[in-house]
Amino acid sequence: MSVFGTVFKRDIRHAVRQSADSLTVVAFFAIATVLFPFGIGPEANVLARIAPGVLWVTALLAALLSLDRLFAIDYEDGTLDQLVLSGQPLSMVVLAKITAHWMTTGVPLLVISPVLAVTLNMPKDGYLPLLAALLLGTPTVSLIGGIGAALVLGSRRGGVLLSLLVLPLYIPILIFGTMSVESALTGQTPGPTLMVLAGFAVLAVTFSPWATAAALRQAVE
Amino acid sequence: MHRFANPTQFMRIANAIYPWVAGVAILCFLFGLPIALITSPADYQQGNTVRILYLHVPAAVLAEMIYYAMAAGSAAYLIWRHPMANLVAKASAPMGAMFTALCLICGMLWGEPMWGTFWVWDARLTSTLIMFFFYLGYLALGDAFEDPERGDRASAILALVGVVNVPIIKFSVNWWNTLHQPASLSLTKSNMSGDMLLPLFLMMGAYAAFYVTVLIIRVRSELLAAKIRNARMSQIAAMPQMAE
Repeated sequence: MSVFGTVFKRDIRHAVRQSADSLTVVAFFAIATVLFPFGIGPEANVLARIAPGVLWVTALLAALLSLDRLFAIDYEDGTLDQLVLSGQPLSMVVLAKITAHWMTTGVPLLVISPVLAVTLNMPKDGYLPLLAALLLGTPTVSLIGGIGAALVLGSRRGGVLLSLLVLPLYIPILIFGTMSVESALTGQTPGPTLMVLAGFAVLAVTFSPWATAAALRQAVE
Repeated sequence: MHRFANPTQFMRIANAIYPWVAGVAILCFLFGLPIALITSPADYQQGNTVRILYLHVPAAVLAEMIYYAMAAGSAAYLIWRHPMANLVAKASAPMGAMFTALCLICGMLWGEPMWGTFWVWDARLTSTLIMFFFYLGYLALGDAFEDPERGDRASAILALVGVVNVPIIKFSVNWWNTLHQPASLSLTKSNMSGDMLLPLFLMMGAYAAFYVTVLIIRVRSELLAAKIRNARMSQIAAMPQMAE
């Protein structure tokens, strides 16, 4: 557990010192969401209808933008080689880094999402399910994204490639995340779809650090 | 299985089966296409449009099977550093992408007269489209690196991550929306008449044999390319004064 703690604290410290990075992700989330009323028109009921989907899609894109920093800095300055050579379980290191990444990018998205929901005129019943769905879904987003971020390290076209690799894997989260909010808005209980999201999170915590560690090993070899 | 890790051994077997699969592919296309497109009966509901399905269904089957073949090859490559498995996976990917594209295009052409629209966001269509993106991602990642071996290993890991996700995505998309008719053909029973099964099986055989044929050609040319590279390298190494 000490590896986890050390790496986690280090990454949080870095993120706090460079808090502009987290703010950029939140700013992207906000501006991308604000574009939709311009594209679709300001009718309140239309915006309310598409709000859950718009918020989820833009949250996924914002998370995607933050992913290339996850390992790239450590890869460039050689820290990653040290972490791989340290003899500590690499999947634990990965889990720590991804947890820190989620705390500094996923949680800010979560915090600002109700404000954006208000601008899209989403009915009040949807706020709590939206928060719950984002809380359960964004860890999976970071965990799956970690695999992609590790795979593209040192490639010629990192960012664009990363979106091609990772976005198809996000589709299940998008489906159930949006469905949780929409079921609440149509008077059904969001419980079952939230449970599926929680199930995805458990699966991702179990398998993704392992796959990410394998990808990192072949990147620094 | 490690016997096949030797390229010479692998190619000996591949070269031995090559004329047979090529022959089967040619024969199946030669008989299958006219039966499927001309002589087989028109469907009582779909009319002549049903003929598109003889091109569509085998492409869908192959697209999925090639993905599993690719994942198996990638796993063998990652676990045992089996170089031939990697070559097979790499050579399969463009074929799989091609069959997926063929499946989607034929499906759209069939959907227009049958469903009245080229595209609907139905579960099976959507998951096939996602599989197409998986193939594209695999191909793009494979040649995104200066060091080709790095690309091989990264894309092999991606293929395995993809294969773990295929059932999850299928399940999610099914939950999301379903319109496509269930498969009318399974291993144990069939709802189709024999007149239609014959061209379907011929086309399936044609596609499968075509895949194996092209796979052998691709692996062979990949091995030859590696040989040429090595020969050039040793040529350069042999004349140090030129390198100065």
